[in-house]
Amino acid sequence: MANRYSLWSLIKHGLKHHESWQPAWQSPTPRNKYDVIIVGGGGHGLATAYYLAREHGITNVAVLEKGYLGGGNTARNTTIIRSNYLWDEAAQLYEHALKLWEGLSQDLNFNVMFSQRGVMNLGHTLQDMRDIERRANANLLNGVDAVVLSPSEIRDIVPLMDVSSKTRYPVMGASFQPRGGVARHDAVAWGFARAASELGVHIIEQCEVTGMLIDGDRIKGVKTTRGDILADKVGCVAAGNTSTLAKMAGIRLPLESHPLQAFVSESLKPCLDTVVMSNAVHGYVSQSDKGELVIGAGIDSYLGYGQRGSPHIIEHTAAAIIELFPSFSRVRMNRQWGGIVDVSPDACPIITKTRVKGLFFNCGWGTGGFKATPGSGNVFAHTIANDAPHRLNAAFSLDRFASGHLIDEHGAAAVAH
Amino acid sequence: MLRIHCPYCREVREEEEFGYAGEAYIARPAAPEEVDDAVWGDYVFHRKNPRGWHWEQWQHVAGCRKVFVVKRHTVTYEIAGSWTLAEGKALYLSEEQS
Ligand SMILES: Cc1cc2nc3c(=O)[nH]c(=O)nc-3n(C[C@H](O)[C@H](O)[C@H](O)COP(=O)(O)OP(=O)(O)OC[C@H]3O[C@@H](n4cnc5c(N)ncnc54)[C@H](O)[C@@H]3O)c2cc1C
Ligand SMILES: [Zn+2]
Repeated sequence: MANRYSLWSLIKHGLKHHESWQPAWQSPTPRNKYDVIIVGGGGHGLATAYYLAREHGITNVAVLEKGYLGGGNTARNTTIIRSNYLWDEAAQLYEHALKLWEGLSQDLNFNVMFSQRGVMNLGHTLQDMRDIERRANANLLNGVDAVVLSPSEIRDIVPLMDVSSKTRYPVMGASFQPRGGVARHDAVAWGFARAASELGVHIIEQCEVTGMLIDGDRIKGVKTTRGDILADKVGCVAAGNTSTLAKMAGIRLPLESHPLQAFVSESLKPCLDTVVMSNAVHGYVSQSDKGELVIGAGIDSYLGYGQRGSPHIIEHTAAAIIELFPSFSRVRMNRQWGGIVDVSPDACPIITKTRVKGLFFNCGWGTGGFKATPGSGNVFAHTIANDAPHRLNAAFSLDRFASGHLIDEHGAAAVAH
Repeated sequence: MLRIHCPYCREVREEEEFGYAGEAYIARPAAPEEVDDAVWGDYVFHRKNPRGWHWEQWQHVAGCRKVFVVKRHTVTYEIAGSWTLAEGKALYLSEEQS
């Protein structure tokens, strides 16, 4: 049994020099058979397992992770959380996730450091401002908080930003979602893992899925580097590596995997207490609780599984940030890395059944899935448990690429992170 | 940074001169009136996205502006070669068959 975290437990274990804490999650040997196997121990996979156990009473579940928990995009992303998407289907799905974020630390008894410091999307042209007005109005109609800010209002919130008319791409205004913000990414993976493990879910690291066991039109289990494991249902949540898993089941998906980079600076005194994103100059920045500037931008244009990106993207991003924050030009950067994102044609996720009975996919979150982590796991667990989609993800099934009912968030939702 | 050979300019140039133009040799349905939505959906949206060798189109946007084909490894980023679309197709088809 994992420890329950509270002030009392801190004092109690403190008196024992913190040597009596239990591991946050167990590392069991795999069983021969599970009711459900989740492939991929990122935030989405762990959240799926947690909600399967907690909301659907399915506890004979294993999460199979080829590396270690949080080694994928979960802990490589820049943690921006918002729900101000344009189209109804997307806004409702991401808003469902945002509502879950608001109670998540209590729910998991694990501090995911969710900080609602607001997210600002800048407009630099008249057309940007028209799109922002339209999106903010659509957001309000969907019950998503949104305000449109003028340059002087932006200056009040972010004094360091250059909102003068002298810049090359003057800031004309912004949309602002006050309930948006950031969370601590690896705490999200650990928190879901701990809560799921406590409900009986097996979390199995260093276990790569190498094949699918399919009998006729039904899934029977998976082949892994630790032997065959049987299951009635298999859900794949493998972000950039999804196409590889789909191929094992003879399924083609509308996904392309690209490297996406981010970098962080040395720690600074607090200077930026919201998240700033710009589509036009193409960069975004926030300041972590440790004081680092967290900066990111766009994907490499080509396919890549190399978890690193092209240097010219970094140069372009740094230029964009300095255009907005001239004073950041003297800040030194500490670390840079890449993750592999699975981009779908309409920049919306695919949460779906497949033609193989009992085999499900949750993918296509691309550059912006961290914000959806609890919501994604919640509706995917529903889809797996009921063998039918939740109301909120029915529009996100694979057949939209045959019917043509795309949910085109590309370009509609400012920077896509 | 990729270094790509343009088969028209016959020179190796840096990645920034080129634009990526997607998977190469996607065959359009031969009988467009006869196939169903699923086949069209596959043609328009579904991609191989391999973890390994990939045949892909690049355009020399800051050079001759021509589109050509590159065979590149998506994990190591090694480039096996670049060809004009016509030259590459013969090679691609022979690989597909074997
Ligand atoms: C640089 C960067 C910045 C980003 N910024 C943001 C942002 O600001 N806001 C936002 O909302 N989103 C952002 N994203 C996107 C977000 O990170 C992803 O959409 C999301 O994390 C994907 O879901 P996940 O956490 O479950 O993925 P992952 O953590 O990648 O989980 C997938 C797991 O599957 C495992 N796996 C793969 N194949 C197999 C196999 N065969 N067998 C077993 N296990 C396997 C992997 O090892 C991995 O751990 C960003 C991404 C990157 C790379
Ligand atoms: Zn050329």
